[in-house]
Amino acid sequence: MTGTSNNTRGTDSGSGLSPSLSLTLSPSPAPCPTSGAIEIHDLTVAYGEKPVLWDVDLTVPAGVLMAVVGPNGAGKTTLIKAMLGLVRPISGEVLVLGKPYSPRSLTVAYVPQRGTVDWDFPTTVLDVVIMGTYGRLGWFRRPGVKERAEAAAALGRVGMEDFAGRQIGQLSGGQQQRVFLARALAQDASVYLMDEPFQGVDAVTERAIVDVLRDLRARGRTVLVVHHDLQTVPEYFDWATLLNVRKIATGRTAEVFTAENLRAAYGDRAVIPAAVTS
Amino acid sequence: MLYTQSAFEITLVLVVVAAACALPGVFLVLRRMALVSDAIGHVLLFGIVLAYFATRDADSPWLLVGAAAAGMLTVVLVELLQRTQLVKADAAVGLAFPALFAAGVLLASVYLRNTHLDIDAVLLGQPELATEPRWWIDGVPVKPLWVMAAVLTLNAALLLLFYKELKLTTFDPGLAAALGFRPGLVHYGLMVTVSVTAVAAFDAVGPVLVVGFFVVPAAAALLLTERLAVVLGVAVLVGAAGAAAGTHLAIRFDTNIAGMVATVLGLIFAGVFVASPGRGLLAQAARRWRQARAFHETMLAVHLFQHENTPAEPDEARTDGLYRHLRWPAGQIAAVVCRAERHGLVRRDGDWLRLTDAGRARARTILVERGA
Repeated sequence: MTGTSNNTRGTDSGSGLSPSLSLTLSPSPAPCPTSGAIEIHDLTVAYGEKPVLWDVDLTVPAGVLMAVVGPNGAGKTTLIKAMLGLVRPISGEVLVLGKPYSPRSLTVAYVPQRGTVDWDFPTTVLDVVIMGTYGRLGWFRRPGVKERAEAAAALGRVGMEDFAGRQIGQLSGGQQQRVFLARALAQDASVYLMDEPFQGVDAVTERAIVDVLRDLRARGRTVLVVHHDLQTVPEYFDWATLLNVRKIATGRTAEVFTAENLRAAYGDRAVIPAAVTS
Repeated sequence: MLYTQSAFEITLVLVVVAAACALPGVFLVLRRMALVSDAIGHVLLFGIVLAYFATRDADSPWLLVGAAAAGMLTVVLVELLQRTQLVKADAAVGLAFPALFAAGVLLASVYLRNTHLDIDAVLLGQPELATEPRWWIDGVPVKPLWVMAAVLTLNAALLLLFYKELKLTTFDPGLAAALGFRPGLVHYGLMVTVSVTAVAAFDAVGPVLVVGFFVVPAAAALLLTERLAVVLGVAVLVGAAGAAAGTHLAIRFDTNIAGMVATVLGLIFAGVFVASPGRGLLAQAARRWRQARAFHETMLAVHLFQHENTPAEPDEARTDGLYRHLRWPAGQIAAVVCRAERHGLVRRDGDWLRLTDAGRARARTILVERGA
């Protein structure tokens, strides 16, 4: 792992004072997608003195279903938050559809971890999904018939239409997750960022979520999912990024999911999925 | 005290104060910031004293502005303390407000001995005097009722205007920020509202009842209903009812109004806490009891299912064998078997208990859910 780290630094310092400049000037031999839905250049985020993301370069091509995988504390959630501007990076930039990201552009839908909100909040399932349309409404304007219809349709896509009038505290964990997903669908964005949507959900919900993810990809949306279960990555995702503070590897899942890369991300005790040949 | 015009007016003032506090109070409670209203309520004196030094006029409306500014100072101090991550959120509140409160009390007692800023009145509140004009604008007296009516109108208008934003930033600040709303701005807007409301209410009812009006109706309403809009309405009703009943009782028994209203609010909350249909203690206990009964029936079904068509079945499925295997008291087993039979989960077959199709289905759902 240290060896890889030194290598990366070596190439970085060797390519001149400004890595991003050299990136645009030098003709790259590798087939590098130039029109990424998300492009991250030299992103470093630290809480205090502890770097959480260390000089990450990452391109998410448009229309892919990408998993972000790495051990606990690898900076996966921070990566998503930095993309949304919810944490301030020390260096680097995030471009969404070629432009520095601004929340007002409404191009990105965010599915936070389920545990980040209070599920005893006095509101209904449909109401939470309608919140996905708030961005389009902006300040002051109230959601109306159109927004309610969109939210109901989004609930239908995750198989939760029968729960529209329920108080959110009565939902199971998997149902809560599907409500969050429906809320993101109601945003109708071109990029979806999801933080562990499969965390602690039942088998039914997992299948429902996978169906929705594939449906989004079929509609040309770009989906980036923080994922914990290495076993299901090759089955669910066509692209993958291995992260452990630094970016270990990114690309098509088949190329990224090598025993060597997984050990670099998780250490020598990594449990290598059966699908991966070493 | 007799029922007079002034008794009616005192009641009206307190009802309006209660309604004005209940609206922002719901959001304070939902944001787990109930104690901030306590801090703001106590720190107002500090602002009033400083404003008095500047104006040398105990009746100036500038004292209100000073008090509201002190409230905001508390909020900012609490947040600065939290941001250092050296103290926890609740401790930050507890650190900021005694300091400012003590400073206010000391300044007032040392420098304002000869003025008519009455510390006891400031600390305890004097609803009895709520009909007296306390502030003069350009020499024109302004009755507390009008001040409070203005604050209530302002709070209701702000709520209508920013309902969606308040709801979103309270429920999910992360999503709010990602959608381009400004949770920080909404937070400070709410805090300004709370400060202004507390200042106006404080004069009539004192800091303790201010906190009571912010927190108790909201907490009670949250136990009674599950829609935010309804919660807001119920909180206003609870606060107003407590204020009216408390004032009435205090006048009837000739006691301190603030104390009586706070007591009545406490009793209302206790009643809701115990007897609320959905979430009260009684409803919870009843729900747990029903769940426990249903659970025992399901366990019986699972037990029979596990041993169905196994060599052990003759032993495990005998009614007198159940006692040894499940380790339940005999009386309980008889009751559970009866209920399971009545609900069509099992049927008796001589000494044996056999699962019905419904019982088998129940056992399977449990085993599949757990196994997956």
